[in-house]
Parts: sequence; C-alpha cells; structure tokens
Amino acid sequence: MTTTTDTTRRRAASPAGTGVTQARVLLSEWTKIRSLRSTVYSLLIALVIIIGLAVLIPMVTVAHWPPRDPGEAAAFDATSRSLAGGFLAQLAIGVLGVLLITGEYATGMIRATFAAVPARLPVLWAKAVVFGAVTLATTIPTVFLAWWIGQRILSGQQIDAHLSDPGVARAVVGTALYLAVVGLLGLGLGALLRNTAAGISALFGVLFVLPIIVRFLPSSWAQPIDTYLPSTVGQAITQVHGDPGAIAPWPAFALFCGYAALVMAFAAVMLRRRDA
Amino acid sequence: MIEATALTKRYGDKLAVDDLSFAVHPGVVTGFLGPNGAGKSTTMRMIMGLDAPTSGSVTVNGTAYRNLRDPLREVGALLEAKSIHSGRSAFNHLLALAQTAGIQRARVEEVIDLVGITEVARKRAGGFSLGMGQRLGIASALLGDPHTLILDEPVNGLDPDGIRWIRNLLKHLAAEGRTIFVSSHLMSEMAQTAQHLIVIGRGRLIADTSVSEIIARASGQSVVVRTTDVPGLVRAVAGPNVQSSVDPAGTVTVQGLTTDEIGVRAARDGLTLLELTAQRVTLEDAFMDLTKDSVEYHGHEAEDPVGLATSGVGA
Repeated sequence: MTTTTDTTRRRAASPAGTGVTQARVLLSEWTKIRSLRSTVYSLLIALVIIIGLAVLIPMVTVAHWPPRDPGEAAAFDATSRSLAGGFLAQLAIGVLGVLLITGEYATGMIRATFAAVPARLPVLWAKAVVFGAVTLATTIPTVFLAWWIGQRILSGQQIDAHLSDPGVARAVVGTALYLAVVGLLGLGLGALLRNTAAGISALFGVLFVLPIIVRFLPSSWAQPIDTYLPSTVGQAITQVHGDPGAIAPWPAFALFCGYAALVMAFAAVMLRRRDA
Repeated sequence: MIEATALTKRYGDKLAVDDLSFAVHPGVVTGFLGPNGAGKSTTMRMIMGLDAPTSGSVTVNGTAYRNLRDPLREVGALLEAKSIHSGRSAFNHLLALAQTAGIQRARVEEVIDLVGITEVARKRAGGFSLGMGQRLGIASALLGDPHTLILDEPVNGLDPDGIRWIRNLLKHLAAEGRTIFVSSHLMSEMAQTAQHLIVIGRGRLIADTSVSEIIARASGQSVVVRTTDVPGLVRAVAGPNVQSSVDPAGTVTVQGLTTDEIGVRAARDGLTLLELTAQRVTLEDAFMDLTKDSVEYHGHEAEDPVGLATSGVGA
C-alpha cells in the first residue's frame, strides 16, 4: 500500500464534518472545567461564602437593631446586607478565571490544547463561554437564595426589602453578573500574562488596589477618575442606591463588560502571535 | 511526510534552529538526533505550530500545521515535557482532546487500553510516574489514528519493557506506511528503532542519512594487537597511511590495516600474536564524533574525548 492511497483512504473514510469546530471545542472545555477538582471546589467555596454571609450579617444586624446612629438607620439597605458575600466570593471566582488558562500554561497542558486546536482562538472563546455560563448558572440561584434568606432574617425587625422595590431585583441579579464578569476579566488577564501569580495580582490590583491609589490623588482628579474605574462601574449594578454623580447601573455595567472585552481582545491578539 | 525548508528560529540573539532543511518520509522510522540543546524540541514545536519560525517554513503533508483542518487525525504528537494538567484524570484528559475533533469516547477507551494504562486511567495524572506519563502522551498521540507521528524523546523514563514496547510500536506503525519522526539524544536507542537519521547540532543539519551508512562512515579501521615483540610488530605493520601507537601496557593500536593484513605481516616476520581484535567504532562514538563541534554544553572532559580522533567523519 502506498502512502498516497493510504492517506486518500483515510480521508475518504472520515465522515463529513470532521475537524475542529467551535462547538466541539466548547464541549472539550466543558469536559476540562468539570473534570478538575479545584474548579468544583473554588465554585463551591464561592457559593458557600455568599450564603454564609447572607445568614451572618443579617443576624448581627437584627441583634443590634436599631443602630445608635439614626443616620445609619436612614441609609439602611436590606439588600446589600444580604449580598455582602459577593465581595468575598469574587476572590474565588476571579482566581478561578485566571487559573482556567494559567493552569494550562503551568502544567504544559496548553501545548496539547493548541496542538489539538491550532487556530487557538476557539479555545479562548470556549473557555469564556463555558466559564461565564457555569458562573451565571451557579451564582444566579445562589444570590437569590442568599437574598431571600437575608430578608427572612431581617424581617424579624420588619426591615426587610422586597423584590418589587425599586432597584432590588436588579442589584440581586447584578451581583451574579458582576461575579461572572470578574471571572472573565481574570480569564483575560490570565491569557495575557500566562502566569498564575501575575494574573491574580493584576486582577485584584485593578479591582482593589487601584481605587485606593486613586484616592491619594488630589480630589479634583480622584473624583472623575474614580467614576470610570473598573471596580466602580462594576459594582454599580450590585447597589440598590447608587452614589450621586455615579454612572447609572446598566451603562456602568456595560462599561465594565467593555473593559473585560478589551482585555480579552488584547489577550486574543497575543495568543495568536506568541509561541505557546 | 514532513518537510522543513530553511527553517530558522531565533530567541533573542541565540539561534536555536539555523537554516534547517530536511524531509521525513513515510514508511520508515526517522530518528532526529542531536545533543541536548541542539534544537530538536524547538524544531518539533515549530512542526506542531506551537512556535512560529523566525524564517523558513515547515509543513506536514504539504500544509502548515496551523492550517490543518483536522490536526489530531493528521498528526499525533508526544511533546517533551508532560503536556498534561496534573489535576485531571488520564481519561478526562484524553476525552477533552478527543472532543475537539469529534473523536468518540470508545476510541479514548481503546487507546488507553492500547498503551496499557487502563488501571490508572481514572486517577489524577499528577500522580503518574514518568513512564505512565509517557504512555499517556503516546495514547494522546494515537487518538486520531494519525498518519504522521512526532515523538520527542519517547523512551525517556520508560523501563526496559516499556522501551521494547515503544520500539515495536513505532516499527509496526511505520510498517503500516505512516510517517514516524522520533527525537533522541541517544544514538544507541536510535540505532535500534530508526532506519533513517537526521542529525543536528547547534541548530544546524549535520547528517541526513541512513543508520547503516553512518556506522560505515564512522568505522575508521582500528585494530588492537598484543604481541611478545612490540618493536617487531610496529616495524612489520609500518607503511604509508598506517599509524600505530603503543600504550604503556604494551598494547599496539594500528590504524589503516585490517586484521587480516596485520595477521599476514606478523606471520611473515615470525611474530607471536597474543591478541588481534578489530575495534568497531560504536554508534555512540560515531554520534559523538558527528556532533563534537556542536555540543552545546561541554563537560570538562568532553573537550578531548578518548578515541574520537580515530573516526574521520567531518561535520
């Protein structure tokens, strides 16, 4: 048997529609994400934190109600009291987003991945879609449950909120949306920096440290810069009562998504260009 | 068929692969040989589209790897370092790769069985021994039943059983008409597996030839003789193109004559021979000689290795 006929036979034997497709890469990334214990545990920890703080903080609040400072009572927001866990959970989800790709660089898996998908970009898109979907699918029910538990506890002092109150439903869903985009920002930074420590530092540097540094600037600078910081525009959607002068929740969230998309686009360009 | 044309890769001011052109043909096992740091892995990464060449090109079956529509069914690769996420089981690792090409779950089970890791397939790959890791790597290379296989140091870390298994597998796959390209820094390993050799040093092509030819070229005639009359023997074999040397123990090493010729001359002069042995230049020596000018990292003794001057194949 000569090589030529052998090759031809193989090609002929392959059913139509063989080869790498975006749908197949999606399935592959789903297998990857569900088959790592670290992914499952990180997500689980995030969910437990969200529920746990939704029990703890409302209980403490109810036990110390009413506050000594009447101003605190006036500014009281029952929804934020039950969603404080989201702030802590963003650590777990952000790290998970970074690890989703830097874990492949650290172990050498990325070479096998890119050998199977030489175009590379379908891998990044598939990771983003699968991770975004998994995060939303788990955090949306969790934040609603956390909110509901929190309100049941707060109702002991008749200080609970209702989903029909203005901004409440948006803030609850917004917490899940914020977490998902933090995860995607982590994925983008991880793909760009290809190193776990660098990716995590960059992500939380942008979200936590940057706002603090901006505060050291003269207020004539700090105010306008702070308005457009990723952390500010990202968290706007999670708050029932926005700051005066801040961008409205949905446009702010769109800008936050824009930042994440920008990082992802830059990562995509570099992913194609650089050696694996 | 793998074809490299003027393939060059530069990292900063270091030339890792330098104007390399060669072809790897189907039906035989082609060895890719060179000392550590010669550029073997870099070349293989360029074949696989993982690193982009600085200049030149390399194709598999006429297509650049990055443009292959169905890469796993065209080319299977075992890359040098473990290319496996340590937290994932062997089965899930292979399944995730298979799914990118629409390869069925049954084929995953089949290759797991083929490489003999069925018992550990559901365990985390991070706990695998080097040998099991290599077997898993070979399983992933075979997933798409590809026509071309690229294996970087496949026998690394394998026990003798595993090494024999790899040799037989490669020969079997080549006999089926596939293109098999295997790298190694061990000449002796290549001699038992490969029929054709591509030898590189410092990123440059040193030899592109068959194994038997390399041995023939490297085997400069050298005969060890022990006799009761050393000066008499040295006189007896003296002649143009003949060199003889005597070591302190009285053993004579003669170059330029065969054992037959030395025996005849000794008998003519009535000399008593205690030993007459043809020194075959080993494959290791041949390889060392081929690459002596291009070894990246010399040990202190490697500057003047014993016996290399006897074999006269230049780079």
